[in-house]
Parts: sequence; C-alpha cells; structure tokens
Amino acid sequence: MFEEVGTTTEGDLIINMGPQHPATHGVLHLVVTLNGETIKNVEPHLGYIHRSIEKMCESLTYRQFIYVTSRMDYLSAHINNHACAMCVEKGLQLEVPPRAQVIRVLMDELTRIASHELWWGAMAMDLGAFTPFFHAFRERESINDIMEETCGARLTMNYMVPGGVMHDLHPNFQRRVKDFLQLYKSKVHEYDEMVTGNVIFQNRMKGVGIISAEDAISYGCTGPVARGSGVSCDVRKHYPYEIYDKLQFDEILETGCDSFARYMVRVREMNQSISIIEQLIDNIPEGDFQAKTKAVLKLPKGEFYSKAETARGELGVYIVSEGGTTPYRIKFRSPGFSNLSILNRMAKGGKIGDLIAAMGTLDLVIPDIDR
Amino acid sequence: MWSLSNIAANIDLWLNEQVGATWAVVLEMVIAGVAVIGLFATLGLVLVIMERKVSAWMQIRLGPNRVGPKGMFQSLADTLKLLVKEGMTPGGADKLLFNVAPFVAMIVAMLLLAPLAFAKDFQLWDLNIGVLYISAVSSISVISILMAGWASNNKYSLLGAMRSGAQIVSYELSAGLAVLAIVVLTGSLRISDIIQAQENGWWLFKGHIPAIIAFIIFIIAVTAETNRAPFDMAEAESELTAGFHTEYSGMKFALFFLAEYANVFIVCAIGATLFLGGWMPFHIGNWTAFNGVMDWIPSSIWFFGKTFALIFLIMWFRWTFPRLRIDQLLNLEWKYLLPISMFNLLLVTLIAIMGWHF
Repeated sequence: MFEEVGTTTEGDLIINMGPQHPATHGVLHLVVTLNGETIKNVEPHLGYIHRSIEKMCESLTYRQFIYVTSRMDYLSAHINNHACAMCVEKGLQLEVPPRAQVIRVLMDELTRIASHELWWGAMAMDLGAFTPFFHAFRERESINDIMEETCGARLTMNYMVPGGVMHDLHPNFQRRVKDFLQLYKSKVHEYDEMVTGNVIFQNRMKGVGIISAEDAISYGCTGPVARGSGVSCDVRKHYPYEIYDKLQFDEILETGCDSFARYMVRVREMNQSISIIEQLIDNIPEGDFQAKTKAVLKLPKGEFYSKAETARGELGVYIVSEGGTTPYRIKFRSPGFSNLSILNRMAKGGKIGDLIAAMGTLDLVIPDIDR
Repeated sequence: MWSLSNIAANIDLWLNEQVGATWAVVLEMVIAGVAVIGLFATLGLVLVIMERKVSAWMQIRLGPNRVGPKGMFQSLADTLKLLVKEGMTPGGADKLLFNVAPFVAMIVAMLLLAPLAFAKDFQLWDLNIGVLYISAVSSISVISILMAGWASNNKYSLLGAMRSGAQIVSYELSAGLAVLAIVVLTGSLRISDIIQAQENGWWLFKGHIPAIIAFIIFIIAVTAETNRAPFDMAEAESELTAGFHTEYSGMKFALFFLAEYANVFIVCAIGATLFLGGWMPFHIGNWTAFNGVMDWIPSSIWFFGKTFALIFLIMWFRWTFPRLRIDQLLNLEWKYLLPISMFNLLLVTLIAIMGWHF
C-alpha cells in the first residue's frame, strides 16, 4: 500500500520544506524530492513538537488530564476536551444534565466555525492571497470574544469537565452569539466573492490533490478530507453523542475527490454549524450545568472509548483503567495524523504549488499530529 | 505657468551664465544623475508606504501608524534599519555574483527612468528608439534574478530564479506586442512622438477595441514581468519562502526591494505614456471650457496621477488574487495572451493602414 520512499535518481532535487516554512503552518518537516517543479516524493518528518501528551495524561487524574488535551488540536480545544470528558463519563456512567449538553454542543459548533474560519484564511494564504486571512479573522475574533467571556480563555478553553461544563454561561452569551450570527451572515458573501468564485482559485484547486474514496478509507482519513471524497464518516451522524441526534443538520458530502471538493465541504459545513447554533441558542434548557460528581474520580477497571467529530475529523479517546485515580494508559486517535499520511499519494506527480494547495486542504494542525 | 520644464530651463540658463556652455553640460549631467538617484530612492519610499497603506485598507487594518504623521515615515525608519543591518553572504555562495546581483537589478531600473517623460518637455533622454530601448533594457532584469538565484547556493533561490527566468522571457513577448500596437498606431518609436500623437485623445480611447485589448494584455504582462502577485512565482512566499532573495539581508535585500518598486513605477509610467497619453491632459472633443480647465492642471500631475492610478491597480491585483501555478502561468501566456496579442497586432495594423482610428 505504501510506496517505497527515498528512491532518488540523478538530477533529483531534494528540498527540506520546514520545520520552519510558511506553508507548513507549524513545525512540520517535509522532505520533498523534486524533478524540476514536479514532485516525485513527499516524506513527512514528525516529532518537532512532540510533548508526550499521552504519557503526561497517565500521571494526571481524570479531572486534570482533560486540560492537557486542549493543547493537542488547539483549534478544536473544546471538542478535544469534550471527547475526553465523554470518555470519563462513560466510565463513571454519569448522566450529563440537558443544559450542559446543549452548552457543549453550542461550544463545539462555535469552535468548528472558528477553526474553519482560520483554515479558510490560511488556505487562501497558501495560494498567495493574503487579504482573505484578515477577513476570516474578523469573524473568528468575535467567536474568540464569546469564548473569552464564558470560558476565560480564547484558545485553550478547558471548559468541559466530567459531568458537564466548568461553570455556567456568561449572561451576555446569547446576545453575543446572536450578534455573531448576524455578523457572519452579513459577511459570508464576501467569502464566495473573494475566494470561492475566483477563477484563479478554482483553477488551482480543481483536479489537484485527488483522494479516491478507497484511498480515503484505507488511509484512515476522516472529517472533511474523507467527506470531500464522498465517504460518509461524520461521527455526529453515525454515532450521535449529546443531543446531535435531535438536531436538524446535514452531513456535507462532496464527490469531487479533489482539493476543491474538500474546500467546499468545509465552507458548507460552516453554514451547517450556523444552523445548529440557531436551533439551540434560544432553546438552552434551564437546570444544572454540571452533574454532581465525587471530588476524586475513580474509573472502574476496564477499557473505555469515545469519539467526537472535531473540525479536522474523528478524534478517538481510549482509556485503559486499572481502577485508580489516574488512567493506566491513554491513547488518542487524532484525525490529523491519518490525514497527513495521505499527503504523499495526493501530491505525487503534481507541482510544488499543488503540494501546498493539497496540504492546505488537509487542514493540518501539527500539535495534533505529534501530540 | 509653473512647470518642471520651466525650472529645468531656468537652471540651464543660470548655469550657462555662471560657468559657460561646456561646464554647464557637465554639471547638468551630474544634476540629472543625482535627480534620478533621488527619484529612485523617493519612489521606493513612497511606493512601500503606499503599498502598506493600500494593503491595510483592503485587509481592514490600520497599517503602519507609529512613525511620523499617520505612519508616513515608516519606510524611512525601515530604510535606516536595513542600512545598519549586516549584509550576510551565505557560505558556499558565489561571492561576486551574489554581491553584484542587487546592483544589476537597481541599475536596470535606473536606466529605464531615462526615456520617461515626467512632464511637458521634461525628459532625460528623448532617443529615437525609446520604446525599443525600454523593451531591451527591461529584459536585462531577469539576469539579476538568475544571478541572485544561482549564486545564493540555496535550492529555494534556484527554483525561484528558474521560475522567474521562464516567466519574464515569456511575458516579455506579450508586453512587447502590446507596446508594438501603439507604435504601429503612432508610427514612431520616440516617446515624445507617441505622447504628441495623443494630443486630442488618448490611444486607449482613440484606438477602438484593439487598443483596449492591447492595454489589458500590457497590464497582465507587466504584472508578470515585475514578479508581482498573482504572478509572483519567483518569490511565492508560501511555496519558496522568499524565492530568489531568500538569502539576502540588509541593504542588499533592500536594493532588490527598491528595484521591484521602481520597476512597478516604470512599467506603470510606460503604460500611462503609451495608452493614457503620458502628461497629456484629458480632453473631450470640442468642449473648450472643460479642456481649458484640464490644461490648467500641471502636466507633471497628469503624468504622476495616471501612473499612480495604474500602480494602485497593480497593488489591487496583488492583495486580492491568489497566485497562479507555474504551468498555468506559462499556459496563460503561450496559449492565450500571445495568440491574442498577435491577432490584435494585425487588427491594429489594419486600423492604422486604413486610418480608422480617430
């Protein structure tokens, strides 16, 4: 399945793209073998930002380890925390109060929009257009403000705790979210005008970075990357958690298999998230925001697995418990790692510009890959 | 009336009185040289701050606003910083070529300032093959990029230089053919003749649709030739970090930077001269009063106004369009622009022969 790497012939140019490179969005190191402008091989080298989060989690209690996971995929901090909290709740067989469930889903969807906004700006920047980045940040900033008010942080929120959320919503929350929805709707046409409809952009994205549906499945791609190839894999639909089964939303599927299909999946997903938020924002039930839990959590002996749909795909949390206050072993199945593995297959035979575009549509967050 | 040509004439008169004819010529050459260097430096500073302000405006941010009123002295401060920075030469670089390359880029830009008419009767060198001179000299600029890319001993630089070589050589053709359209209409290669021919209307309006096509092709081609986005393949920061000047720092980098902006000014000035009548005021048929008002505006303002309008257009491209891929870039030239501009040239020739233009 995996092509042999490192075969070079006379006249090949080997370029080390990264660990510091404007297009790798972090400390990803790609060893690219080029024949002129054409890519012969791409070999990602990882480990530059490995912090052994899984090992760290083993020495932290079930309340504490969730905070570390904000630092994995920092653009989906809420959803990482959510997946971990769900796994612990599964072990404790804890029922989450309805108010907390709604708050969690609202936060998840806001995070998803914020993450896709950042990706959208960075994607355009990868293709050489700088202005969209700032326009995307205008909307993202108001989401960050909402987060800051309620959670006290703008990036690593640490808001989800086993049994619910850490504290109640800020009184301004509903008003601020409605303001954001209004802002987003008044500005979203700019996205299409500036990037989606642009001829140069479409020519750069269509027909490059092909991932067939078979490849997407066999490489373990999830999230928008797989859905761009027509593989239905939305955890929110297939294994609904919290209140997702009661909500009206579509799983976005595109069958283009190319970079443009993955782009469209994310852009359309933002609209779905907006619609989820609209359904919930006026219907937040009253009640507790946190279930009553013991001060010290102890999971029964056994293995627990839960998964959530982050902005990048399926995040799996696997906890092995020996019955103590700390997990015996934790394994995260991060979406970015699997999505990155297909890069070589996508980029091979293309030009350098295609590699950058293809890498952009994978929406890589390097700390998520390295952990 | 107050104009640049009056000032020049007064200086000439005064020098002739003071030092005699021979020395006056020598001194005037020195003054002209200093003026070109001064213009070159000023243009760099003005265009950099203009680009930063334009991009800030498009990107809903403020841009530089700390140094001087509204940040207007920001580029002066940047220049000072670049002047005192160490100019590093990477190990394994070809020292001679590496250090000479930025000067070649700068000299090309300076040479191109010679045949431009900045105002009525205000031109350094009105040579009889002005347009040909511009085409010839501007193609030297690719050599400086190739030198920089090759001598840097850096793979990104090399790739950038090779891209740039392919690009400039290709787009030179369309730019040349678009310029030829105006030469055919005018019947002269001399810049002053071309401007004079637009006395009662600019070629953009007089030359029917072929002139408009030639203008559009010219704008696309010169954007590519000056390595500006969406054709900034040679730099392509998201692909090649900084392309051919990855290894340059300090003043050597600043010279490339200056040369880029000077080139933008020059191609826009050429565009303004050929298609928009240079320093010629905007006249409409026999609206005498209107034409009188237009004539009252100094010719240098007309020239710089048109040029900066075109510069704004090119900056607008840069901050809104994504970059093309290298093969799309070459396809655009060889499959679309070149055949269109060749056909267009035939049309223009027909129009010129039949005398259909106004």
